Parts: sequence; structure tokens; C-alpha cells
Amino acid sequence: MNKEIEKAGITIVQMANLIPVAKTVGANRMVPTISIPYPLGDPNTPKEQQWKLRYHRVGVALDALTTDITEQTVFKVKF
Amino acid sequence: MKKAILYLNQFFGQIGGEELADHAPEIREGLVGPAMELDKQLGEDVKVTHTIICGDNFMGSNQEEAINTIIGFLEDKEFDIFFAGPAFRAGRYGSACGNICKAVKDKFKVPVISSMNDENPGVEMFKKEVYIFKGGASAAAMRKDVKAMAAFGLKLLKGEDLLPAEEEGYFGRGVRSQVWLNPPVNATDRVIDMLLKKVHGKPFVSELPIPKADLVPIAPALTAEELSNIEVAIVTSGGIVPVGNPDRIQSASATKWGKYDISQLDDLVKGEYMTIHAGFDPAAANNDSDVIVPLDALRAYEKEGKIGGVYKYFYSTVGTGTTQAEAARMGKEIAAELVEAGVKAVILTST
Repeated sequence: MNKEIEKAGITIVQMANLIPVAKTVGANRMVPTISIPYPLGDPNTPKEQQWKLRYHRVGVALDALTTDITEQTVFKVKF
Repeated sequence: MKKAILYLNQFFGQIGGEELADHAPEIREGLVGPAMELDKQLGEDVKVTHTIICGDNFMGSNQEEAINTIIGFLEDKEFDIFFAGPAFRAGRYGSACGNICKAVKDKFKVPVISSMNDENPGVEMFKKEVYIFKGGASAAAMRKDVKAMAAFGLKLLKGEDLLPAEEEGYFGRGVRSQVWLNPPVNATDRVIDMLLKKVHGKPFVSELPIPKADLVPIAPALTAEELSNIEVAIVTSGGIVPVGNPDRIQSASATKWGKYDISQLDDLVKGEYMTIHAGFDPAAANNDSDVIVPLDALRAYEKEGKIGGVYKYFYSTVGTGTTQAEAARMGKEIAAELVEAGVKAVILTST
């Protein structure tokens, strides 16, 4: 799906837990998430921490959209 | 005595050069050009009985007619194996060899073998379906390339144990098969051996090669200013839908996608949104779907002015057991809608 949307000329970032899979299927901009069932917020942690993590990683994804890249790139997250 | 048939283009079939590339298919009894070398390399037990010759342009522009004619030639022939080429770096010839090999394999269920240089576009087009040996760049490699095709053909005909593509010398077809190792070394020993080599910076060969991805051109970066003026769309393969799953998207092997209006929402709340994805424990996402469709975080960035807004629909499907072909089709359909709506930025979340 990522490829088809990017092929249409839309700038896209994929937030995925399985980065090697995203890479293999051809995503160009990638931001890691923390797990498969809860990519952006671990329910075993307090709400504030989940929010902090989600806000941060979505922010990284938005920055990825404004970052020039020349090859498949996995953007770094802090937490 | 087993029988083989070889396909050649007009040049190697000794009809003529480029000016005769429109030559219609013909079949001759016996050996023409490289067929002699092939017959020699196949030895006593296999005989090349016929040579088929077809102009490259004829095959290129009248492919269906060419293939049907050739299949017609073959219908009353007995043969156990089919060869085409070698095609070296000749693109049209490579494509012709691939097309005819595939058609012969499908129709007559015999092994088909060709040889091409790695620059030949025929390799990418047909390596999954045809044994294509890694050949030389020009006819100077004729003898060597024919020998490789013949040696492997003999192995197939004799039912000998086959080695992996890399060792046999053909382009990998993306097929995995189980083999007994001799001597037997168990997987734990092999993986530790690989790990030690990796730690010491020594070369090692993975037993699970990942094929190189077919990449799409990187979409240009937006400027921060552009981003602050446009809407970002969310697409997910995590199966988030309104409770009740109005579009009846399948929980696995999905062939459907849905789009849901979030223009009035700041948050996907429990009891209104859920996941129907059958590939993971849905508890967390059912409790708070923002963990997969981060609408709340995007609304925060909208308030801050980092993005112009969130596109009014989010798109959702399920990415477990879904074939690449179905995923690509759904991706195309969603992309078409987004383009139509003028969307320039997408966050895709996958689970």
C-alpha cells in the first residue's frame, strides 16, 4: 500500500513495528513503533506515558515527511 | 534416448541480422547454429531433434501469434526438455526466450532452460518462471553458456539432486526447498558459526536471503511551511473501524478497505472504534484505537500549527494474510482517492 501511494506522488511515511518487513516491501520513509498490537502506546504504562510516546513518534513521522532522503531511511525515535 | 528442442532468434538461427528480425517462426529438423554445440554438450543420452527459429521483432510485435505458431509446431513432437538461447545481453532475444520458455513450460510441462547476461531485461521478467543461467555479455561466451545449460538439463533429466540456484549458476527463482546437509550440521551450530563470523567481521552467507526490494522513487520532501498548510491523511493496515465494522472488512486475507469520517473527532474513543484485525490481541486497540490511528496526536500537531489539519477520512484495512497483489490493488484504489482529494501527505500505520 505504501508503495502504491508513494507511486502516486504522495509523500508518505510508514510507522511500523516490523521495520525489516517495511523495508523489504519497499517503504522509503519509516518510523519504528513499539509493538504489533499497540504500535503507539503500551497499555501497561500510564496514560501520560502512552501519550508522550505517541506524540513523540507521530512528530518524528511528520518531520520525516519534511526530510529529504536519498535512500530508504529509518528515522530515529527517542522513546 | 531423451529429446530436446532449442529456440533461437533469426541471427543465431542463421537467417540474417536486424533486417530479417521480422522473420516468422519456423521449425527445422536437426541442428542449426548453437544447436550443434548443445547437442554435443548433452552427450550420448540426449538428442536435440529440432531447432525453432523466430525473428526477435516478430516475437516482439506479434507475440501471441508467434507463441501460438510455435506451440503448434511442438504439439506433435516428442521432447523431454526445452532450451532457448543463450541470449547474452540481447534484450529482445532475452524477452523472446523467456516468453517462449514460459509458454512451453505451461503447455507441455517440460523443464525449460535459458541463459542470459545479468543486464538482460529478460532476467527480471522471467527468472521466477524459467531456469535462466548467468551468461556472458556476448556470443564470445557461447560455448561456456551452452555448456552450463546442457549440464543442468542433464541433471534435471537424470533426476539428480539439485543444488541451490547460486551454486548451480542460474538466477534465483525465489523458491525455497528443504535439503539434507552433508555432512549434517544442525541449525544451532550453523547460526552460532555465522554469528561468530559476523562478530569478527568475516564474510558469511545467510541461509535466508531476502530478495532485493523493488523500490519506488522517493516522493519529494514537503517543506515545513507546506506541511503547516496541508492536511495529513491517515491510512492503516491495523484494522481500525467504527464498532460494528460497517464495511464488513475481513479480519484476515482482506480484500476490502473502508474510509471513515473523522472530521468532527479529536480522539478515537472506546466503544466507538475498535480493531477487527485477527493477527494480534485486539485488547489495547479496542480500548484506545489511537494506538494505531493516532488521531489525538495529529490533532495536537494541528493545534500547534505543525500541520494544516487531518484529512477528513482515515482509510483502513487488515494486513494479515493479505496477498501482496491485493494489498497493491487496495493501495492503488486508496491512492487514487487521495490524489483526487489533493492529499499530499500520508502517515501509514501498520501492525
